[in-house]
Amino acid sequence: MTIAAAHAGMREGRERYRALAFRRIALLSALCAALFASVCVDMALGPANYTISEVLDSLFRSDQVSDQLRVIVWDIRMPIALMAVTVGASLSVAGAQMQTILANPLASPFTLGISAAASFGAALALVAGTALVPLAVGYMVPINAFVMAMAAALFIHFASTMRGVTVETIVLLGIALVFTFNALLSLLEYLASEQALAAVVFWTMGSLTKATWPKVWITAAVLVLTVPLFARQAWALTALRLGEDKAASFGVNVRRLRLQTMLTISLLAAIPVSFVGTIGFVGLVGPHMARMLVGEDQRFFLPASILCGALLLSVTSVVSKTILPGAILPIGVITALVGVPFFFVLIFGSRRRAW
Amino acid sequence: MVAVALEDIGASYGKHTILSGIATDFLQGGSLTAVIGPNAAGKSTLFKRIAGLLAGPGTVHLTGATSGKDAIRYMPQDTGGNAVLTVYESILLAAKQGSGWRVRDEELIGIDEILRALDIQSLSFRELGELSGGQRQLVAIAQALVRKPEVLLMDEPTSALDLYRQIEVLAFMQRRAATSGMAVLIALHDLNHALRYCDQTIVIANGRMRAGGPTADVITPAMLRDVYRVEARVEQCSRGRPVLIVDSTAA
Repeated sequence: MTIAAAHAGMREGRERYRALAFRRIALLSALCAALFASVCVDMALGPANYTISEVLDSLFRSDQVSDQLRVIVWDIRMPIALMAVTVGASLSVAGAQMQTILANPLASPFTLGISAAASFGAALALVAGTALVPLAVGYMVPINAFVMAMAAALFIHFASTMRGVTVETIVLLGIALVFTFNALLSLLEYLASEQALAAVVFWTMGSLTKATWPKVWITAAVLVLTVPLFARQAWALTALRLGEDKAASFGVNVRRLRLQTMLTISLLAAIPVSFVGTIGFVGLVGPHMARMLVGEDQRFFLPASILCGALLLSVTSVVSKTILPGAILPIGVITALVGVPFFFVLIFGSRRRAW
Repeated sequence: MVAVALEDIGASYGKHTILSGIATDFLQGGSLTAVIGPNAAGKSTLFKRIAGLLAGPGTVHLTGATSGKDAIRYMPQDTGGNAVLTVYESILLAAKQGSGWRVRDEELIGIDEILRALDIQSLSFRELGELSGGQRQLVAIAQALVRKPEVLLMDEPTSALDLYRQIEVLAFMQRRAATSGMAVLIALHDLNHALRYCDQTIVIANGRMRAGGPTADVITPAMLRDVYRVEARVEQCSRGRPVLIVDSTAA
């Protein structure tokens, strides 16, 4: 090879990498725009339909719109629309990092039993009035759900660190957790009063209509506090996808990274589930969408997972309002219906692209 | 120039001792040292122990290194999973561990240089999942070299390569070691490669060191009978190079 040709090759690799990074930033920007549009449409839809421009006016020129419009957009619809964004983002990031540290494409808060554990915790509060943390009786339902979700996540983590435990074992363990908690939930439902039973069923369906501003703030705060922790470990987390030995050879303390990440994920997955109930498949589908769009360099994969999860749940929120005019279907039902076909694509589709 | 010596190195998994009493004089930088031995002899464990990835008795003495504990790098046998990353990104990833998000031009130039040196520029923007075993091994070498090791521990780096690539990679590593002063320990199964490219050889069997020293002194019919259970001889080929000829399995 001549020196000139060698230099041309060097320039080409460097420039192609820069172009790839630029394309990914453009994709992330497009996702941001799509998310903003979806949130606006979400806020425009409801028993009183508004136009997008009216919603935008109430957002950016709130003093020039009617009190009714302002109250409906800011106090009723915005918490629900933003809850969709924060919950979708949280579940998606939790799923993305779970898939990363367990090296498993099927890992998500839903498939590994964390959501089922949360449902059982919530049902304990609703049916038996049992507070897992005695001090916080006023928030018994979300706190019970949170404690159980954390317990399930930590159980999965410690099981995954045991010798001889493979990726397949973890998936099977997750399925076992789902069955166990569903069975316990059924037992509680069987014993429950009619009123408590209705509350449990509604809770487990997953619904954004329970959203309030404090819940939005708490979910957003957890997201804002935890994402920088992942961002700081971006290179190390990406290296983990090359295998444990390879990551360790790059100087990554694999054991410590796994433990830190799993603890953070537990918080990220448990908080939204404890507020809005079981919303399946966002934590599974969001990260896979992100992976297909930008690959697995965490500097792009992390924001893409946030945006894909948020967009997915925001669009689902819109769909839940439009399927039956005048009624809002539980969002957990819609995500499951959308998620199952995607699950099939993952199982039967191209392994190379999906994972 | 860097040099590394092992003093009574050992390692165990739980109560099971995998390695014990491994000791060498200083292995000088600038050349390749072969680590040979039958399957499950403890070669990978020795490398992980030297790299500090496993705890255990003994001391690794390092002199002349400028980058402290980061001087020693291990290149595992496992060439990695099916991450959705391009080859270029996977090498960048190795280079950037422990540093910030921003990627500087000098770092990309370093990657381009290594891709060119290994003649794998054509793979740069292919995804890891599309690569063959041999191509993955070449990428793994690039990932190891981009971290600028002073002592590099390569665990069977040529096991999936075709004959041409085996020769090319070993000759490249020999040149690289000579020009950079890096000490390279390389686990090999092909003893003819050890005879041809490695100045020193360490023999390990059942977790213990069986021989060590200049390759021509170590790879002998007696050692081959004792460690590998084969009847073999080392002869000179027409070009004057030592060649190992295996006659049969030992009785």
